[in-house]
Amino acid sequence: MTVTTKAESGSGLAAGAPRRSVASRIVGRLGNGFVQALLALIALIWLVPTIGLFVASLRSASDSANSGWWTVLTAPAQLTLANYGNLLGNDAIARSFVNTFLITVPSTLLVVVIAALAAYAFAWIDFPGRDWLFLGVVALLVVPIQVGLIPLIQLFGDIGLFGTIPGIVLFHTAYGLPFAIFLLRNYFAGIPRDLLEAARMDGGTEWTIFRRVIFPLGGPAIASLAIFQFLWVWNDLLIALIFGDEDSYPLTVAIQQQTRQFGANIDIISSGAFLSMLVPLIVFFAFQRYFVQGVLAGSVK
Amino acid sequence: MAEVVLAGVGKVYPDGTRAVTDLNLHIGDGEFLVLVGPSGCGKTTALRMVAGLEDISEGEIRIGDRVVNRVPARDRDVAMVFQSYALYPHLSVRENIGFGLSLRKVPKDEIRRKVEDVAERLGLADHLDRKPRNLSGGQRQRVAMGRAIVREPQAFLMDEPLSNLDAKLRVQMRAEIARIQRDLGVTTIYVTHDQTEAMTLGDRVAVMKKGVLQQVAPPQELYDRPANLFVAGFIGSPAMNMLIGRLTGEGDALRVEFRGGQSLRVEPETLTARPALRSYLDRPVVVGIRPEDMEDAELAPGPEDARLTCTADLVEAMGSDVLVHFSVDADLVVTDDTRELARDVGADDPQPAAQGGAPMVARFSPRTRVKVGDPVIAQVDTARMHFFDPETGASIWDSAQPSPRKESE
Repeated sequence: MTVTTKAESGSGLAAGAPRRSVASRIVGRLGNGFVQALLALIALIWLVPTIGLFVASLRSASDSANSGWWTVLTAPAQLTLANYGNLLGNDAIARSFVNTFLITVPSTLLVVVIAALAAYAFAWIDFPGRDWLFLGVVALLVVPIQVGLIPLIQLFGDIGLFGTIPGIVLFHTAYGLPFAIFLLRNYFAGIPRDLLEAARMDGGTEWTIFRRVIFPLGGPAIASLAIFQFLWVWNDLLIALIFGDEDSYPLTVAIQQQTRQFGANIDIISSGAFLSMLVPLIVFFAFQRYFVQGVLAGSVK
Repeated sequence: MAEVVLAGVGKVYPDGTRAVTDLNLHIGDGEFLVLVGPSGCGKTTALRMVAGLEDISEGEIRIGDRVVNRVPARDRDVAMVFQSYALYPHLSVRENIGFGLSLRKVPKDEIRRKVEDVAERLGLADHLDRKPRNLSGGQRQRVAMGRAIVREPQAFLMDEPLSNLDAKLRVQMRAEIARIQRDLGVTTIYVTHDQTEAMTLGDRVAVMKKGVLQQVAPPQELYDRPANLFVAGFIGSPAMNMLIGRLTGEGDALRVEFRGGQSLRVEPETLTARPALRSYLDRPVVVGIRPEDMEDAELAPGPEDARLTCTADLVEAMGSDVLVHFSVDADLVVTDDTRELARDVGADDPQPAAQGGAPMVARFSPRTRVKVGDPVIAQVDTARMHFFDPETGASIWDSAQPSPRKESE
């Protein structure tokens, strides 16, 4: 019950029973030991598939084919690092691992930097046609990736980007920007106007205001955006499959090809998949402290 | 440091709203000018035009000998203290204060020295490495001040810098701002809606209403010789009582009669000081009586024809004095000025007293024994009565008196 009429909440106050929202009651109970134990249990259940993948990546292909990963609990001796050795020895996989970085890092950086600059302009610089242009950006949010495939295959072919890493990066950047601009613009617009005006009075140009006030204050939003964009590009298969070639395929495509060439090539797939999962996790934990809110507390009032 | 001159300055927003009209102000080098008025009177807009945060639609603003109409805020060399303080939350106190200097590429050790000087002056020396969120309201206010001071600008602009503080702290910071401004001698424009701040801080006070300057004068002159009903009602707390009366009598023995039959004498010295008053003979005129110009007749007996008899509706003992509310059977003053004053306290129009008639407040000495419901005789210091034209609201002085809307220098 979060929706109450004015009269109801008024009488509730009069009766001395302050109403709290569902969310605040849940938060209040988080201190309760039982709930914490329950949460720990749920987290553990969520972790099981991850653990399963990790263990599978440490077993030989024949073991994996014959028995489930949980058998290591009784026979730990079957664990081996040979899969990772095979993985690194596999040229296609090793190259694709590098390719994944070459695709993901620029796609993320480009989107974050361009979107942050554009979002600052949309939020705080008064230029003619600003609102119409922003509406255009919002409209681009609903354009599906699939409608871009055919025209861009032709375009990339004409200008020699087809099958190259820059081509894939450009596609990801273009499709990542509308949402990124939209997200950051709304966040930047929430920064108190007084702060920007104070910086302006202090002698800031648009560029210094962006770099020294907006960018640090936008930290949480920029970090979230970077993580989402990184995950999206890292896990992408469709675009890489269509626009890439043998030399530019990322890990996702390489893993997929393991299944096609050798049937159930579980040792490579499991270790490759785990590796492919590990990097986003590292990125997430590296940035997660910027999620911590309260960065704005104390600036005004 | 420099003088700041506003010449015929106006502000019209793109949607046609007019915020400021033909504003003329000359703020001398080192002067403390307070812009005061109810919310929406254009005082903040005027300040923001000086700051460069708002385009100037009409007229010209000069800082020193430079016309700054087209100069961006960062190049105007003025510092502003915001109502919200606008401290950078991601920077420490030290970085907040030094931010303007570092943007101007001042050498690091010089920034350090200047910031520490200012922090010392403001009592922030122990807090330099804290973040704004770990400071109290008063400390944040000081950091905001420090950020302005450290730049040694041509002028300080302050936009209601004390309104987020609680009452006690506000009085303390008010004194501190006055002291700092006097020490540094920096030209200051200070915007507030609080007339106490205006009166205590300003070398001169400019009262604005609906984007139009009403009067600029030193605080005491504003109080003693308000140019019109609006200034009279806005300056002074509790506000001046205003009644419509009829000027009657002959020669020097004039009096004002109110609707219910009560009357007050008009002193001959008043007629000397306000020669134009005679032309209102047998016509309605607005009489203004400040609460502090009335006293309980039992404590300070005076002439019979300088008294108002009525019943106390409400008695508020303030310790140092007693505010007695009552009503006098007289017509309410309803002009543009009084409507605007009523709006400032949340009413649409001037409200009559509960029993009808004009509501009055008198400030009696604490020795008065008046209780709610008691009959009250208020002895009026008739020599201090104010007179205004009921149509224009302008103060009645000499007909040769220059227009009250012009700036008095």
